[in-house]
Amino acid sequence: MIERPPQQRTGPGSGALDRTISDVPLKALYTPEDLGRLDYDRDLGYPGFYPYTRGLHPLGYRGRLWTMRQFAGFGTARQTNERYKFLLQQGQMGLSVAFDMPTLMGYDSDAAEARGEVGRCGVAIDSLADMERLFEGIDMGAVTTSMTINGPAAIALAQYVAAAEKQGVSRRVLGGTIQADILKEYIAQKEWIFPPRPHMRIIVDMIRFCTQEMPRWNTISISGYHIREAGSTAAQELAFTLADGFAYIEACIEAGMDIDSFAPRLSFFFNSHIDFFEEIAKFRAARRIYARRMRERYGAKDPRSWQLRFHTQTAGCSATAQQPENNIVRVAYEALAAVLGGTQSLHTNSMDEVHALPSEKAVEIALRTQQVLAYETNVTNVVDPLGGSYFVESLTDEMEREAEAYFEQIEEYGGVVAAIEAGFFQKEIAEASYRYQRSIETGDRIIVGVNAFERPEETEEIELLRISEGTEREQADSVRHVREHRDPGAVRATLERLQRACRDPHDNLMPHLIACVNAYCTEGEIVEAMVDVYGRYVERSVF
Amino acid sequence: MRPLRIVVAKAGLDGHDRGAKVIARALRDAGMEVIYTGLFQTPEQIVQTAIQEDADGIGLSILSGAHMTLFPLVLEQLKAQGAQDVVFFGGGTIPPDDAVALKKMGVRAIFTPGAPLQEIVDFVKAECGKERSLLSN
Repeated sequence: MIERPPQQRTGPGSGALDRTISDVPLKALYTPEDLGRLDYDRDLGYPGFYPYTRGLHPLGYRGRLWTMRQFAGFGTARQTNERYKFLLQQGQMGLSVAFDMPTLMGYDSDAAEARGEVGRCGVAIDSLADMERLFEGIDMGAVTTSMTINGPAAIALAQYVAAAEKQGVSRRVLGGTIQADILKEYIAQKEWIFPPRPHMRIIVDMIRFCTQEMPRWNTISISGYHIREAGSTAAQELAFTLADGFAYIEACIEAGMDIDSFAPRLSFFFNSHIDFFEEIAKFRAARRIYARRMRERYGAKDPRSWQLRFHTQTAGCSATAQQPENNIVRVAYEALAAVLGGTQSLHTNSMDEVHALPSEKAVEIALRTQQVLAYETNVTNVVDPLGGSYFVESLTDEMEREAEAYFEQIEEYGGVVAAIEAGFFQKEIAEASYRYQRSIETGDRIIVGVNAFERPEETEEIELLRISEGTEREQADSVRHVREHRDPGAVRATLERLQRACRDPHDNLMPHLIACVNAYCTEGEIVEAMVDVYGRYVERSVF
Repeated sequence: MRPLRIVVAKAGLDGHDRGAKVIARALRDAGMEVIYTGLFQTPEQIVQTAIQEDADGIGLSILSGAHMTLFPLVLEQLKAQGAQDVVFFGGGTIPPDDAVALKKMGVRAIFTPGAPLQEIVDFVKAECGKERSLLSN
């Protein structure tokens, strides 16, 4: 018999007991009552079966492990090529290219806008010559590659195809994906070039081209990662990302494509943050919402069109500058959440990324974290071990409800592009990130080493990767060298044909881009030619 | 006396604006007038904005690794445009050694991830307040 009612603890962090990190209310205990209306076949289904809440494969990770894919890129193509070879030797299974800011924004390394940024937060790729160097000695027909580039994604894809063909590898066998998710750039990451409406056409062209010519390529990867990093809640990440995906799907349908011809090759990319169960619920809800939408609303018939496949990266924004070794532990929990959520591939962040690009040592620990998870913990032995948990299933339902409410709001704006233009997403995210920051300020939430358990004297003990000053000069010289040693007639002609295609919505841009790239037009030149037609996007800032 | 006016700025090609926006909100909530420049500003534009807005301070946020180029360029512009009384501070993913070097050059403070908002607010109030009292004497 209980004499005193149980008391909830008070003190540091107790302000966060009743809600998730995204402010979803929590109860102390979940029971069968919380599963009230849950219907196993309708709402969960067996793994590998509609609506895929429990995962895409009947055998889960027993059939096949997730792909361990570490995002990497810095300095010049030659430096990054060495890092790739190192990672492949360490047992990494696929490559993932990080580009530097000028490349992401469509400027060559010798442009005024590029000063100070070349090779700093990714690799500098100005022309086909750099892409060839990036994959030197790596068989592009054997490795799969993910490229995180959005504004100039169509150009990077053209460079990748051209570099492979120079290696003698046909575009038909190339495997991998490219982010190319421009909507989330306007929403969160802010690396755009062209305005949203013309850019939607570029994406439809890419999807159509890949569908016809690159059957093994996952045409675009639709990304919530950056939405979350910009400060959104889990439900916002889920809802805004799926809404972006649906916008691309609707654009392709409007352009006359059959949904089952392209949908099986779409993929998604999510964040795995530190609130363990909320993340797992988010991943499970994502699969269910997507499957239902694809089948019921868009009428997809091929089961592969109903399956939401995704890559996950642990949350950069959960890492702390203080006591950076603690980030190893955070990453391990976040990775576990991603795996229990059924991810298809995973990037684990390195402990030092709050300070700089990761050192080789830090990257190795991050990769080992995945290997320990895959081979030692036995979490891969049973398919969807959390399925049926009172708590996880009700949180999954809650995620779905919140996402559906956002879909309705977005529709009231008249769709994603209109909501972007109205600043809706940007404002929602800014609000959420400020709310989160306040909860740390007030001590409602504890971040170890930041607002509790601090070290009196913060000492820097880890080795950081430094990008030398010489990189910018070297890369600028290299792009000038490319411009001097090519056929100027071919450059002019291919750029002119590209501009004509930009004005003609019925002419697919991709073959023209491949022609430009093969003539060694630089990325900056191609972007300029396209900006002439499409203009540049300017944001109305809100905070 | 009118409230402190602070320009919160993003320079170069870096689109990571979460930190800048949170700081902007925090300074505004602390009673200051905040002018957020928006993204992709040049050092020249940032300093011009500060002068036009008669700002007491500039807070620059850089997460792309270009801090050792862009912070000195803003300092140079402050000098060139005769605005050295503007309190210049910043933050972002900036390694400790670089933060020390930037402070030596004349950046008043560098706040890295995890810095409490209150600390930033207190810093801005104290430093900009000091400049004002110097000017009025």
